[in-house]
Amino acid sequence: MTIHIFKPDLAPPKMTVGVVAWMRANLFSSWINTLLTLFAIYLIYLIVPPLLSWAFLDANWVGTTRADCTKAGACWVFIEQRFGQFMYGYYPGDLRWRVNLTVLLAIVGVAPLFMSWFKRKAIYGLCFLVIYPIVAFCLLSGGVFGMTSVATSQWGGLMLTLVIATVGIAGALPLGIVLALGRRSNMPAIRVVCVTFIEFWRGVPLITVLFMSSVMLPLFLPEGMNFDKLLRALIGVILFQSAYVAEVVRGGLQAIPKGQYEAAAAMGLGYWRAMGLVILPQALKLVIPGIVNTLIALFKDTSLVIIIGLFDLLNSVRQASADPTWLGMATEGYVFAALVFWIFCFSMSRYSMHLERKLDTGHKR
Amino acid sequence: MQNQIGAPKKGFSLTDPKVRAWLFQIITVIAVVSLGWYLFKNTQTNLQHRGITSGFEFLERSAGFGIAQHLIAYTESDSYARVFVIGLLNTLLVTFIGIVLATLLGFIVGVARLSSNWVISKLATVYIETFRNIPPLLQILFWYFAVFLTMPGPRGSHNLGNMFYLSNRGLNMPGASMADGFWPFVVAVIVAIVAIVLMVRWANKRFEATGVPFHKFWTGLALLLIIPALCTAIFGGPLHWEIPQLKGFNFVGGWVMIPELLALTIALTVYTAAFIAEIVRSGIKSVSHGQTEAARSLGLRPGPTLRKVIIPQALRVIIPPLTSQYLNLAKNSSLAAGIGYPEMVSLFAGTVLNQTGQAIEVIAITMSVYLAISISISLLMNWYNKRIALIER
Repeated sequence: MTIHIFKPDLAPPKMTVGVVAWMRANLFSSWINTLLTLFAIYLIYLIVPPLLSWAFLDANWVGTTRADCTKAGACWVFIEQRFGQFMYGYYPGDLRWRVNLTVLLAIVGVAPLFMSWFKRKAIYGLCFLVIYPIVAFCLLSGGVFGMTSVATSQWGGLMLTLVIATVGIAGALPLGIVLALGRRSNMPAIRVVCVTFIEFWRGVPLITVLFMSSVMLPLFLPEGMNFDKLLRALIGVILFQSAYVAEVVRGGLQAIPKGQYEAAAAMGLGYWRAMGLVILPQALKLVIPGIVNTLIALFKDTSLVIIIGLFDLLNSVRQASADPTWLGMATEGYVFAALVFWIFCFSMSRYSMHLERKLDTGHKR
Repeated sequence: MQNQIGAPKKGFSLTDPKVRAWLFQIITVIAVVSLGWYLFKNTQTNLQHRGITSGFEFLERSAGFGIAQHLIAYTESDSYARVFVIGLLNTLLVTFIGIVLATLLGFIVGVARLSSNWVISKLATVYIETFRNIPPLLQILFWYFAVFLTMPGPRGSHNLGNMFYLSNRGLNMPGASMADGFWPFVVAVIVAIVAIVLMVRWANKRFEATGVPFHKFWTGLALLLIIPALCTAIFGGPLHWEIPQLKGFNFVGGWVMIPELLALTIALTVYTAAFIAEIVRSGIKSVSHGQTEAARSLGLRPGPTLRKVIIPQALRVIIPPLTSQYLNLAKNSSLAAGIGYPEMVSLFAGTVLNQTGQAIEVIAITMSVYLAISISISLLMNWYNKRIALIER
């Protein structure tokens, strides 16, 4: 009997595997592609090396004053020196631990909601939503339990940005849900009121809303009653944002099949119970990514409070770079602020995409 | 006696859904009206106590301040109404330039992100992820304070082809003024457009009847080029160009785009284009590959496949979110208040409000302008969307 011994397989042609093949397929597949690749590489060559040398290689990292910035690149000393102002604004230096504690509490408090093994998330979440804002307010503004009170005019920096964004979305969410339900209501009067409200706020820019809340709100209120600037801005932001949340939630309500409404009605559930027990739990799950996206938009929009003179992160940077002892540091300041905003927005958008994939179980076949 | 289950009850009952619906609505209307009345009353008393007279008479008064950029003639003695018009025109100018540039850039980047070329698609991704996650106001401030204001003065300006000069005073460029041939040129362009419309109609009719195609695009282009060119040859050029000259410390002649306008348009374009690119990408990806294959199997070449099969279907997905991006751009143009470009918000809701103290009137006018712009853009885009929407049975 003859034994067949197979020869070992020949290696695939060199041009079809490995780096060369990948480059041929993805970079140089035709002459247009080759031209594009060369153009792109030229573009990268134009942008990346100068940027790297400005931001890292030629940058000044150590020092305390402007005179320490001797090299040609960026002067990060400016950021280091003003870091406290960018983070906390004019919050008194020895009380900043309270801000840190508030942020830490938020992180610790929210963490269980992201753990898959944690049961009773709904109840825990509700308790957290009720207790945390009170604790946070007491910690930040003080005045109780012997803590020194800090006026809101001293709040600033990234802390103020975060306060506006979180209060804004927390206030806008319930209002937005009510508006979305109202817009889908069968009662014409309620529908007209809700549609007018939503379309009005969606049609005007946030700046005019902030102007309005700072100039007109004092006129609307009875004499002698006055809010501080931050609260006025927050009211404007909440009203503005609730219209956008309402539109997102409406999308979720429309995506629920009619059968669900009919099934709820057939079970004998009234309007509120049908909505609360059947429709909203499904609809809100659908729109979580959309709400995260409005949160991103809101986070970026908080920078507009610069217009009414609140010192959020961006305004702190602008103010610091106008300081005569640090003239000419505008680029470093804005790049730093951009980086902070970018990290927040980018991670939120990644999280929203992750949620979209994770929650994508419902009404698709 | 038989039980009357389900028989309509006579009279008034709180358990009747119809009665309850009416009740709810009446309560809502009363609540809204009384809230409005309460605010109105408060405002009236407040205004009286502060001694502010409401009304729009202030628009007639003379403004008395200078404006950096005005598209129509303006002097300091002109009225607030004219200031309003200038602000409105400046807003519209930024919005228009921004929409055109952002659409162009957005489509290019969106297509680039789908490119099979690895470097190009990664570059596009980096662009999108960077710029859409940075607040537009920050981008505007960056371009203004960190780029344009740090540029050299007019004497050391960047010279682009001896025609454009970029300095901390803005972009100086050749300016055009009407020459002798202007009106004949306009007439020629109108004639060319009418000719093209007639030609397209005729070609479509012939195509329907006989199936013989006609080179509409090339003929149209030829018409558009030849008729105005002939006119120019006969009557002379339509425009007289004036190139900026450096005289002393500044440029003389030509047009100038002030740095505020440059910063604003660049920042808004770059920011909005990142969103438009994502919209374009998702639109093109939404057309299934089967459509391309079907078109190819019908014998269409790649060009016509793209033009007649892919793009019309992708546009249906693209148009609605594109509309809301245009609206966002129009609203974001108000961020100019951060750098003092004289548009609606910074000029009217800022300076005029401070000078006159007519808060309610000024804010109301500003808000209604933005509402009007929003509504007209969305009407326009809805009309276009309806035209290209899928006509289903």
